[in-house]
Amino acid sequence: MTDFWSGWIIVLTSAQIVLLVWVLFGNRKTQSGDLKTTGHTYDGLEEYDNPLPAWWFYMFVMTILFGLGYLVFFPGMGKFEGLLGWTSVGQYEQRVAVADEKFRAMRDRYLALPIEEIADDPTVRKMGKRLFGNNCAQCHGSDAGGALGFPNLTDDDWLYGGSAEAIDTTLHLGRRAAMPAWGPILGEEGIDETSEYLLSLNNRDVDSAKAEAGKARFGMFCAACHGADAKGNQMLGAPNLTNGIWLYGGSKAQISETLRNGRNGQMPAFADVLSEDKIHILAAWVYGLRNER
Amino acid sequence: MSDKDDIIAISAAAPAEVSEIDLYQRREKIYTRKIEGFFQRVRLFTGWPLLVGYFALPWINLGDTPAVLFDLPARKFHVLTMTFWPQDFVMLAFLLMIAAFALFTVTAFAGRVWCGYTCPQTVWTAIFMWIEQKFEGSRLQRMKLDQEPMSLAKFRKKTLKHAGWITVALATGITFIGYFTPIRQLVPDLFSGQAGSWATAWSIFFTCATYINAAYMREQVCTYMCPYARFQSAMFDANTLIVSYDAARGEPRGSRRQDAPRNTTQGDCVDCQLCVQVCPTGIYIRDGLQYQCIGCALCIDACNSIMDKMGYDRGLVSYTSENKLQGLTTKILRPRLVGYVTVLLVMVSVFSYTLAARNLLEFNVIRDRNQLFIEQADGSVDNVYTLHIVNKDALEHSVAIEVLDIHADIVGATELLIPGGEMREHSLRLRVPPEALQRPGQDLRFRVTQRDNPEVSAERESRFITPF
Repeated sequence: MTDFWSGWIIVLTSAQIVLLVWVLFGNRKTQSGDLKTTGHTYDGLEEYDNPLPAWWFYMFVMTILFGLGYLVFFPGMGKFEGLLGWTSVGQYEQRVAVADEKFRAMRDRYLALPIEEIADDPTVRKMGKRLFGNNCAQCHGSDAGGALGFPNLTDDDWLYGGSAEAIDTTLHLGRRAAMPAWGPILGEEGIDETSEYLLSLNNRDVDSAKAEAGKARFGMFCAACHGADAKGNQMLGAPNLTNGIWLYGGSKAQISETLRNGRNGQMPAFADVLSEDKIHILAAWVYGLRNER
Repeated sequence: MSDKDDIIAISAAAPAEVSEIDLYQRREKIYTRKIEGFFQRVRLFTGWPLLVGYFALPWINLGDTPAVLFDLPARKFHVLTMTFWPQDFVMLAFLLMIAAFALFTVTAFAGRVWCGYTCPQTVWTAIFMWIEQKFEGSRLQRMKLDQEPMSLAKFRKKTLKHAGWITVALATGITFIGYFTPIRQLVPDLFSGQAGSWATAWSIFFTCATYINAAYMREQVCTYMCPYARFQSAMFDANTLIVSYDAARGEPRGSRRQDAPRNTTQGDCVDCQLCVQVCPTGIYIRDGLQYQCIGCALCIDACNSIMDKMGYDRGLVSYTSENKLQGLTTKILRPRLVGYVTVLLVMVSVFSYTLAARNLLEFNVIRDRNQLFIEQADGSVDNVYTLHIVNKDALEHSVAIEVLDIHADIVGATELLIPGGEMREHSLRLRVPPEALQRPGQDLRFRVTQRDNPEVSAERESRFITPF
């Protein structure tokens, strides 16, 4: 806040406190007058004018002192941060630190052990599921079964490898898929033919003439990454095109779209986001999904 | 303090001189005189069971765990064999409403008997007054002691009194915390310095609160703080039993010899002021119904004791009603009271039914919303769901999950083992084959059933969304 508004708040708050103190102390005496009543009559009813209990006065004074003390220790007077330097962000970070301490001890126990060994541990299953729900489920679905453009982690099909090490690397460093856009090179006719060929690899109904032509195109452009048998290449993250699993959709239109404009799937690098112990638990949980099937 | 005999307009009394006085005035300490009597014995029967219950309940264990425990961090509230979760909060609301209506009913019938006989403020003040009486003596002795300068004897008496007060306050405060954390562990921990900082802080807080309320605040709570004192007038009517002085019988008041024959120039009130001396709120009941009167009947017992000595009938100050004072009869079965009782019975029935019909299987469905639907290569469509299933029973149960109103395959486990008192989040994927798809979506139901007792089940609706 600017100095002006800071000053504005300070002036108003201080003036308010001074005013309240003045009103409070200024009203300690009253006229006794008719000792009994306030003097008003409402519909024939009169009202006693009894003295107020002294402890009310003391409580007023206590609240003012409390208020002053509060303004010294906590922010309230404009830009002054208070002697304790309290902020809500600071409080949050403190609580996160406490929680981290508490749970880090739990997770560090597992950090020392290899992924394959801890993957079936019931505590790891529970912790992993929670971590997954917080960090991964937004893309991969809350059952890790994947969605359009986000791989299914519960099946046997792995783009970059399904070993513990591969999963660990994927989580740490992320992945950048690079399917080139073949539209300019293949042209619409080429895309059509290649799509037909791909469908034929998956036992779908195709136009065999086009599929034959597509096979030639495949050999020329696609086999380099996807392999001559189209079974994929985990070094490059090139999917297996023969197993009926289509990350970006398996209809002819969707396959054609993939060919035409390419795909650039992104898996974030969680080493930047999560601590080592959490990544380790997550990797173990994902690795252990194969045993849950 | 009034020396008027008739009720006349207050302002018609001669005005005092105009002068400056304090707006705030210190409380005048009230020295109550001890009296025995029928209603004081009644208070023993109402006060002691409640006290014993309050102090004893946290110590009672069912097996290994306390019978009554309000476990705030775990959000579970154990009462005997039942455990209430936050989802059961509506029952607490019912309970509080029942308590309020029970209070209204009793007040409409018998005035402020809650205040006089069962209110914790009264009960604890009575205990503290008893301690005071034990160490500092009778009313006159106490008044004299306070006016004396400090001496060894006075110091000793005061110290013993405060020590007694603090002991009771400490027991009260610790017991209160014992409802929220197991007391069998709390007490040794507190005295060995090992209790958590929150438990210690709150124990000290409630000790101080008890001490301040029962030793010093006393009638100030009833007079200034308690809302009940103020809205009683909404509940009284001309048939409500109130503590009142029968002015028609007692006036004109005046002292007389004990053996003097009764005459017509004096009413039954001998002006002994005993009713004033025993009153814990410091009012003159002879002035009529006042909001400070807590209906404790000390003045009734006091006056009756004098009436007995004088040979007159009891009941000069008694539980009576405005109607009776005016010579009419007190009508007990009247619309207001009947109405209150009826409403109360209805509420108690609803509450009992809700309690008995409480489902021990709590269950919620959350549909994945990051992707509305997921199309598979063969044209079938998936929706993903997360089921939160809570086993509110103390025992472990296996539950079965089914899906109704939809033709779908379930991808995921349909059976779960949930330990007692725990919650499980379970992910499920529903896959509808292309021939069964309803566009743009359809309703469905999830049902979760306890396998060992199919009667315990819960259902929730959800949606299945498909592309247009």
